[in-house]
Amino acid sequence: MSKHTLSVLVENKPGVLARVAALFSRRGFNIDSLAVGPTEHPEVSRMTIVVNVEDLPLEQVTKQLNKLVEVIKIVELEGRGSVRRELLLVKVRADVETRGQVLDAVQLFKARVVDVAPDAVTIEVTGNSEKLADFMRVIEPFGIRELVQSGMVAIGRGSRSITERSSRPTTVPVPVPAAAG
Amino acid sequence: MSEQDGRITGAQSLVRSLENAGVTDIFGIPGGAILPAYDPLMDSTRIRHVLVRHEQGAGHAAQGYAAASGRVGVCMATSGPGATNLVTPLADAHMDSVPMVAITGQVGASMIGTDAFQEADIRGITMPITKHNFLVTDPAEIPRTVAEAFHIASTGRPGPVLVDVAKSALQAMTDFAWPTELQLPGYRPITKPHSKQIREAARVILEASRPVLYVGGGVIRSGAHRELRRLAEFTGIPVVTTLMARGAFPDSHPQHLGMPGMHGTVAAVAGLQRSDLIISLGARFDDRVTGNLDSFAPHALVVHADIDPAEIGKNRHADVPIVGDAKEVLVDLLALLEAEAEAGRTGDYEQWIEFVAGVKKRYPLGYDRPADGTLAPQYVIERLGAIAGPEAIYASGVGQHQMWAAQFVSYENPNTWINSGGLGTMGYAVPAAMGAKVAMPGSTVWAVDGDGCFQMTNQELATCAINDIPIKVAVINNESLGMVRQWQTLFYNERYSNTHLDSKRIPDFVKLAEAYGCVGLACDSEADVDATIEKAMAIDDRPVVVDFRVHRDAMVWPMVAAGTSNDEIKYARDLAPKFDEDDL
Repeated sequence: MSKHTLSVLVENKPGVLARVAALFSRRGFNIDSLAVGPTEHPEVSRMTIVVNVEDLPLEQVTKQLNKLVEVIKIVELEGRGSVRRELLLVKVRADVETRGQVLDAVQLFKARVVDVAPDAVTIEVTGNSEKLADFMRVIEPFGIRELVQSGMVAIGRGSRSITERSSRPTTVPVPVPAAAG
Repeated sequence: MSEQDGRITGAQSLVRSLENAGVTDIFGIPGGAILPAYDPLMDSTRIRHVLVRHEQGAGHAAQGYAAASGRVGVCMATSGPGATNLVTPLADAHMDSVPMVAITGQVGASMIGTDAFQEADIRGITMPITKHNFLVTDPAEIPRTVAEAFHIASTGRPGPVLVDVAKSALQAMTDFAWPTELQLPGYRPITKPHSKQIREAARVILEASRPVLYVGGGVIRSGAHRELRRLAEFTGIPVVTTLMARGAFPDSHPQHLGMPGMHGTVAAVAGLQRSDLIISLGARFDDRVTGNLDSFAPHALVVHADIDPAEIGKNRHADVPIVGDAKEVLVDLLALLEAEAEAGRTGDYEQWIEFVAGVKKRYPLGYDRPADGTLAPQYVIERLGAIAGPEAIYASGVGQHQMWAAQFVSYENPNTWINSGGLGTMGYAVPAAMGAKVAMPGSTVWAVDGDGCFQMTNQELATCAINDIPIKVAVINNESLGMVRQWQTLFYNERYSNTHLDSKRIPDFVKLAEAYGCVGLACDSEADVDATIEKAMAIDDRPVVVDFRVHRDAMVWPMVAAGTSNDEIKYARDLAPKFDEDDL
C-alpha cells in the first residue's frame, strides 16, 4: 500500500461531498484525509483526498470518481512536484514553570501561539505531515489537553494550474427528441 | 391553474418539461407530495400515464419499456414509501445500464430534514444505485434538471436518473424556459474510439489464432447488432453472447457459440477458456461469466472495448483498452480490417473455428424428460420460443426459468430478450413485460416467469387488464424457488430449507388470472403444450396467464459452480465435457 494524494475538482453543489465519500466507502477504500474548500472559481470546489491503496485499485477508484457527474477533474499530486500542508491546533499544558520550554518549541517549529491561559497555551502549526509529527513528539511530554488537525491540502509546484481549463463550462446542446411534436 | 403572463406552476413546468423531453408514457402512482404534478398531467395530450399497482411495478415497467424500445423509460412516485419502492428497479437499471428517469415528489422544501410525514432522503438513498440524481427545490430549475436527467440517462453508458422534486417547488409559480444547452462540465462520455487503440486491436486480431468475440449488453444498448454481424462475418471469428446480449447476434448463425458463463453452453465456455484473444464488446467480465477469475481464459490476450472506462481492467487486465461506443468501435475496426485484407493481411482461424464447431456439435444444449412423464420446463420454454417466434419479445424473472428462457428460446433480434441480469431481481418479468408491451404494442410480449417470481409482482396484471396491455405470462410452476432448490440439491445434501412454495395448490393461478380480468389457462402434459400456447397466442384483447405445471426436480445445465473455474463446467450432473484433448 502507498499513499496517494488526489486533487478532485467538483461542481460546487449540495451533496457532492456525500457522493464522493460514499463512493470511497462503497468500493472499500479508506480515506486517510479529506479537505474541501472553494477555488478561484465560485462554481468549482476542490477536494484534496489522501488514500492508502495500491496502484491498480487507485486507478479503479479514480475511474469511478470520474463517473460522478459532478466531478470535473482528478489530478494525482506527486510528492516532489507539489506542496502539501496540514494545519494543527493544539492546546498544551503550560504553567509558569514549563511555558518557556513550550515557547521555545513553538519558535523552533515556526509555530504560533494563538491563545494563552494561566495553565495552557494554544498553538497553531502548519506544515507537512512529517513536520507536524515532529512537533507533536516535542510538545507531547508537556501534556496535550486537546488537539484538532485539518485534512491535507496540496497544490502542484510551478506555474501550471489544474483549475484553468476545467472551470470553463462544458455545454452540450439539448437534443430534440424524435417523439415530440 | 391557468397560465397568466407566461407564469405557470412548477407542476405545469414539470409536465411541460417531460413533454419537451419527448416523453409519451409514464408508469406511476400519485401520492401527497407528487399530487400537484398529477393535476396538469391529466391535461397532457402527449403523455399517457399508466396507473400501476405498486411503485416497483412502475420502475420495472419503465425498464421493460426502455429495454424493448431503446427509449428512456419513465416512472413517477410520491415521496417516502413511494420513492423507496423504486429502489429495487433503480438498482436493477443501474446494474443493467437501462436508460430510465424516475420522478419522485419530496416533502415541501421547508419540511425537508424534519422527519415530516412520508419523508425519505431518496436522493441520499439512491446515490449509489443511480447514474445521477437531483433534488429540486427551486421551480425555476425544473426544466433544466429534467433536460439534464434525460441527457444523462440516455447518453454514454445509459442508466437510471432520479429527479426528486419538492412539493413546494411544484406548487410555486415560475417561468418556463426549456434550456437550449446543458452545462455539465463533469459529464463527457467518450464515444469515438482512439484510432491508435483500434490499430492495436486490429493487429492482435490478425496475429491471433484462437480469437472469440465476447459480446455483452453494451452492443444491444448501442444498437450495434448489424455492425457486429458485419465484423463477425468478415473475420469469421466465433461469437458468444452474454445473458444481457442475447439477441445481439442471431442464435441461428453458425458462428454463434451461445451464451457463456455459469449456465452457458459448453462451446461458449470452451471458446473463451481456450481462446488466445478475447475481443470484449460492451461486456464487463462479470463473475457469472468468468467463474474463478484467476483461471479464466488463461492464455488469452484481451481487447476490451467499453463506453465506460471504469469497466476496462476492472476485473481482468485489458491488453488493448478501447474506450468508445460499441457501434463506433465496430465500424472503425471493420474498416481497418477490410483495408488490411485488401493489402493481403487476414487472420487464420480455420483450425480454431473447426475446434469450436466440433465442441458445439458434440455438446448441444439439451435436457432430459422426467422419467415419470411429468412436464419438462425446458420443453415448455422451447415450444414457446418456437411458436411465438423470434419477432416476439420475451421478458423473464430470475432463476431457473430465466436460464432456460435464455437457453431454449432462439433469439434472432436485439431488444427481444428482457431480463434482470446484474441485480437478479425476482418479480421483474410481469411489470417489465407490461412496459415492453406499452413501448411495442404491435409485438407479442411473453413474460416467462417462475411461480416464485410471479407471486412477487403479479398485481400488475390488474394494470394490464384495465389499461389494455395484453401481455402473456407463462408461469413455469415447479412449486419451488427452483434455482435455490437446485443449489440445495447440489451443495446442501438435498436439504430443502424453505424453498417449497406449494404453488400447485395455493394460489390457484388460473383463478387468480381470472380474478384480475385475464384469461387463465393451465397445462400439465407435453401433449397439451402446443395447443395451450397457440390458444394463448390467439387471445389479444386481454392478458393471458398460463400455469405450466412442470416437474420439480429439473435442473439447469450446463453449470459452472460458483467460484470454481470455467474448466470445471458440468454438462450435466457428474458429467464433465471433454474439450481439452483435441488438436489445438
